[in-house]
Order: sequence, then C-alpha cells, then structure tokens
Amino acid sequence: MSERMEAGTKVRPARLATGSPHPSIWQIRTRLDRGRYLTLATSSFAALLMAWWAITASGAVNPMFLPSPAGVIDALVAWYRDGTLLDDIGISLWRVSAGFALSAVMAVPLGLYVGAYQPVRALFEPIMEFARYLPAVAFVPLVLLWFGLGETAKIMLIWIGTFFQMVLMIAEDASRVPMAQIEAARTLGASNHEILNLVLLRSALPAMFDTLRMTLGFAWTYLVVAELIAANSGLGFAILRAQRFMQTDRIFVGIILIGLIGLVTDQAVRRLQKRLFPWRA
Amino acid sequence: MTASVVLQGVTKVFPGGFAALSPIDLAIDPGSFVAIVGASGCGKSTLLRIIAGLESRSAGRVLVDGAPVEGPGRDRTMVFQDYSLYPWLTVMQNIRFCRALRAHRSEDGRHAEAEAERRSVALLNLMGLARVEHAWPSQLSGGMRQRVAIARALMAKPQVLLMDEPFGALDAQTREVMHDLILHVKSAEKRTIIFVTHDVEEAVYLADRVIVLAPHPGRIDTIETIPFAARTRDLRLDPHFLALRQRITERIRATAGMGGDPDGLSALAAPVA
Repeated sequence: MSERMEAGTKVRPARLATGSPHPSIWQIRTRLDRGRYLTLATSSFAALLMAWWAITASGAVNPMFLPSPAGVIDALVAWYRDGTLLDDIGISLWRVSAGFALSAVMAVPLGLYVGAYQPVRALFEPIMEFARYLPAVAFVPLVLLWFGLGETAKIMLIWIGTFFQMVLMIAEDASRVPMAQIEAARTLGASNHEILNLVLLRSALPAMFDTLRMTLGFAWTYLVVAELIAANSGLGFAILRAQRFMQTDRIFVGIILIGLIGLVTDQAVRRLQKRLFPWRA
Repeated sequence: MTASVVLQGVTKVFPGGFAALSPIDLAIDPGSFVAIVGASGCGKSTLLRIIAGLESRSAGRVLVDGAPVEGPGRDRTMVFQDYSLYPWLTVMQNIRFCRALRAHRSEDGRHAEAEAERRSVALLNLMGLARVEHAWPSQLSGGMRQRVAIARALMAKPQVLLMDEPFGALDAQTREVMHDLILHVKSAEKRTIIFVTHDVEEAVYLADRVIVLAPHPGRIDTIETIPFAARTRDLRLDPHFLALRQRITERIRATAGMGGDPDGLSALAAPVA
C-alpha cells in the first residue's frame, strides 16, 4: 500500500514534464485541428503574396520582369474589360474537360481490367509503361499533322499526356483491393462479372477518384502546351500572346488563374469524395 | 442444409516442386465440427482453400455430399481472418450481399425476398448485431467485424461453413466471447463447420474432432475425438480438457521439429551484458 503511494508521488512530476495535455503538433503524423490547419495554409499564401509585394515595392526589380500584385490586378481588370477573359477561361476549361474525360472514360475500364485479369495486364501494362515515357510535348508536330489546327488536336494532346499514366494508376488502384474481399465474393457464388462490378470497382472507387484528381493536374499542363503552339484562344494562348507584347503582368494573370482553377476543382472533388464515400474513416 | 465432406488423396504441389500436402484422406460427417491444427507451414490453410475451391489441387478429389468440388460455390462459404468485409456497405448490406448475386436470385421462388429479409434480420439478432445494423465496418471493433463476416457467410445458407483462423486477429477476451457465439451458431444453424486455427485450446473447446497436420509435406498426423458434451467456460479449467489440449500441443511440437529442440532454444547465446 505504502509502496504504491510512493510510486504514485514519484510518477507525478515526470508525467507533467512529458505528457502535457497538448501534445506537440510536431510529433510525426499527429493530428492537426481544422482551425490551425486553415491558419497555416492561409499564411503560406499570405507570405508568398507579402514577399512578392515587398520585392516589387522596393523598386529593386524592373516591373517588366516582375510586375507588382496591384499591376497584375490591373491587368486582370483590363483583360476582363477587353471582353476576352471569360471566353479564354471557357474554351480552356472545355478543352481540359474534353481531353480529361476522354482519357478517364477509356482508362477507368481498361485499368480495371488490367488490375483484374493477368492476361490483360500482360497485354497492356508493358506497352503503357513504354508509352508513358514518350514525351507528350514531342507529339505536338505529329498531332498537328494528323488532326490539324482544330480542337481535336488539343484534345488529343491532353489525351496523350494523361491516358497512359491514368491506366497504370487505375490498374494499381484495382490491384490494391484486398484479396479477401474478392475471395469472400467467390465463395458466396459471385461470377467474375459480378466480382468486377460489385467488388473490384466499388472497392477501388475512392482510390480511383484520388487518381483522377491527380491526373487532372497533368491535363492542365498539356492544355497549356497545346495552346502555346496552335491556338487562337484560351489561357495558354493568351500567355503566349502576352509574351510577344512583353505584357508580363498578363502572363502572371494567366498563370495565377490556371493555379486558382486547379485549386478550386481539387477542393470541389475532395468535397464530392466526402459525400460519395462517407464510409471512409 | 448440411453435408458431408470427403477428401480422397488430396495432394498439393506448388509450382517449383514444394509439396504442401501429401495425399490426404478424410471423411467429415454432416453437421459435425472439425478443427484443423498444426505447426505453421503444415498446409492447413491450403487444405481449407482446396475444399473452398479457391486453390487448385495437384491430385485427388473433394466431395461435398458426394458431388465433386470444381471451384468455389455458395454451398461452401468461407470466413477469412480479416479485411473481407465490404467497407462501402453497412452491416446489414454486408450480411445481405449474396442477395445481389445472380446465383442466389435465379433459383428463388415468389416469397424469396420476404424470406431473405426475415433470415437477414434473424442472423443480425443471432450474431448480436442489432445495435450496429446501419454502421459501417470501419466503425466496428475487430470482434464485431468477424460477427458480420460470419453472418454474411451464413446468409448464403451454405452446407459447409469454412473458417480460416477467423479469430486469429482478436484479443483473448473477445475470442472467448466468439467461441461461445460460434457454439450457439452451431446449435442454431446445424451446419458442417471446418475450422482452421493455430490455437489448440480454441480447437478443443469448439470441435467434435481435432485433426493435427504435420508439415513437410502436410499430412494427417493424428485425429483426436473430443468427448466433452457441455461446452461452457468451466470446461477450459477441466483437467481432462487441459490434458487433451496438452497432448495435442505436444503432437504439434513433435511434428514441427527436426529433433529434441526444434526452436533452437538451447543454442541461444548467454545474456548480453
């Protein structure tokens, strides 16, 4: 009895020192509450903005190389006033959506089959691994030759840049479905077709959404490549034209707009995922 | 409702020549509970997977009620150790999963849907899951998840229930609760149960017969008939129970080793300063 009490009194100061009620947020993989997360996330944007403003306000850099934040906002307003901004955003969004959708519609079923059937994997995986290392940018002259200067060429370039990666990533998602889920279905009498639809697809769906969210970023990269070379509209084209006229501020507007559109779609897809997959812990 | 399982010369040689099972002959009566134990690598899981039709055999036959097994089928459903539940389905939807399969709908009569509804509710209650009917598997403890897996396997009305170390990942207390639950299921559902485990106490407590497999290659070493009529918690302390458990444990140890010291404990180094 007395021994226990002694042990208790000895432990107490040590506990105060190590196990405080607020554990350090620097512990590896520890949780961070939403408020603090948002504060840190916003302050990184704020810091970038401040640094940018400070450099330009100091007058050390010629605005031709680095326009001020206010200058960029002026350029945005001017772009909006000349009536082409919304059209440029609209056409770029359409091209990205079309190219990305074409990739996804083909890559999701193919990736699912690659992840499900070893013969399909043997047929497609090595050739996809080869194709994904082919530089999409180098396809520009070929795409122009084959599809001309129209919309098809731009969509095809986005397809070349995203499809092969997407197939491999979707296949990886499908092959990560635990074997026990598949075998449980088999012993319950499920056919291959039923396992594919009711188990593999459903089980891998959240991971596939992550994959699509990632590859959407690639699609924007290849959009700009396509528009830099052969277009007369769109955000990428506007950036190229601004370069010809040395409108650095407009280049900044274009780049920042693409970044913002990416950020917004990414957040929207994350929200959608939370709603679609409420069972994810 | 329940069936006999007969193994005739079942052999498994893995590609590369590793002999997992040498010819195994075994007859399991309808409605009986057989536990398969043995040292790790003795092929007990492989044997169960061959009965399930999930693993091919190199030779021999498996007969369920006289009919040869060719691949998996709903007459032999399996409970796995872990990760077999569908995380996107609720507890009740998991239990009713087989109702979405053509094999279960095609032979249905007019009242099938109402009957299935009744059966799923009965299984939910039998397994003590009524409180968590609408929960996701991710919200459940390990023991509760295994209850769902068992209910889902029973929902298909299998003739044989196969269990592959179903409680291997559970803590000791939860495991004891699951043992009594399984005995309750056995008396309520009266199905043939083949149960693979590495836990000898579990095997003796649950089974009518315990099969000891010896490794390299896997073969039947001994078959113990378990004589106890009443399976209650007191049984675990009964001297006869303990003696039987000890005897089986010693057989496993003897079959695992290549000598008197299979684990090489005598060769351990002196304490490190």
